[in-house]
Amino acid sequence: MDLLHLNDELNIVGQAKKYGIPLWQHPQFLFLVMGVIIILSSTLSYFIGRRYITDPEVVALFVIVLTLVLLVLAFIIAKSFEKLAEASRLKSEFIGIVSHQLRSPLSNMKWIAELLASGKNNHKQEEYFQMLQENSTRMQELINDLLMVSRIEEGGLALKKKEFALQDSLSEVISSLQPMIRAANIILKVETEGNPPKVFADPRQMHQVLDNLLENAIKYTGRTKDAVLKDGARDRTVTIRLKKEARHLRCEIEDRGVGIPQEDKKYIFQKFFRSTNALRHETQGSGLGLYIANSIVKSSGGKMGFRSKEHKGSTFWFTLPIARQ
Amino acid sequence: MKTILFIEDESALQKTVGDVLSDEGYKVLSALDGEAGLRLAKGKTPNLILLDLVLPKLTGFEVLEKLQADEKTKRIPVIVLTNLENLQDVQRATELGATTYLVKANYELAEVVEKVKTALRE
Repeated sequence: MDLLHLNDELNIVGQAKKYGIPLWQHPQFLFLVMGVIIILSSTLSYFIGRRYITDPEVVALFVIVLTLVLLVLAFIIAKSFEKLAEASRLKSEFIGIVSHQLRSPLSNMKWIAELLASGKNNHKQEEYFQMLQENSTRMQELINDLLMVSRIEEGGLALKKKEFALQDSLSEVISSLQPMIRAANIILKVETEGNPPKVFADPRQMHQVLDNLLENAIKYTGRTKDAVLKDGARDRTVTIRLKKEARHLRCEIEDRGVGIPQEDKKYIFQKFFRSTNALRHETQGSGLGLYIANSIVKSSGGKMGFRSKEHKGSTFWFTLPIARQ
Repeated sequence: MKTILFIEDESALQKTVGDVLSDEGYKVLSALDGEAGLRLAKGKTPNLILLDLVLPKLTGFEVLEKLQADEKTKRIPVIVLTNLENLQDVQRATELGATTYLVKANYELAEVVEKVKTALRE
């Protein structure tokens, strides 16, 4: 920690103002108060001890034990307040990001509507209407995702679990994404080992997970015209594999697209995070998809993960518990 | 003809604002990220820059900083056109040399055009 930073840390009043929390909730301030209390009570106990207890060793022990207990208490209290302050800061940060993300399509729509109403550029009307539609879809998707996030955070992801064949959901998702697959010239391969067992999960939510992963694989393979794609990323194959493991069914979705840069990997499942890969700008997204998918898989009793190499592609996988026969 | 450089990553805005400004008789150069914007600003020295703040590759703040650091681009008026309206963001952009700060959601398209016209007259 450099000196400037230390100075910042010590400016308690400034920090409390910055994060919008009252002084008594500020961890450093509390620590200071606790420190003063500890010093006072240790000194006091020393004098009291000396007066009533004759053995100096017992006095010393008494003071040390009391100080230690107070120190631990102070630490616990300050820690819990710190968490509280962090949670409140994260919440306002979240609201900030959300309103900004909602505002963009909204202000786009406002201006497009203004253009349409002005009656100028009549020959471009169709294009404007299409833009209007795209932006309203984007806004709707964002709101759906946000509702999902709030359900996840309240711990209220109501999963209607039942036995079903994951490959059926997969076929549904593939057929709904067919236009996108064709438009992007994707070669889609599905590899299954034998007859995959049924899983025990919520089919509707798993539909969303598969849809998200497959859509990402297609999006980040890139369009043939994207100049940013390196030679290695020209392969347009997306492979889906279903494999039975001991108690789980494993599903892998592999693309040969732009991949995820090393420094972005640890954030990939965080909400609102979008990788700075080569196609970040060409693709739209709220940065909520993988966060939601990961939460659904986790609460279904499975795991999700990925491996990826920049310019070589990514493989996202998840597991789901197999239904008991 | 006066040239306006529009640095904005939303394609819908590139289209709408671009169309309106072209109708007004300006030549509009568009850049979809901070890096490309800075390159165009240095290469073509436009009469005015319209700048978004949330941008890929280089943020709008970084673009402002780099524009100020270069003698060639230092004097070009910059209108910030963004959806960020934190007081801190406004202050930072103004300190970094933005001439005008407009929050997209609070302005009509026609008002933005007016601001552009005023800035170009001065």
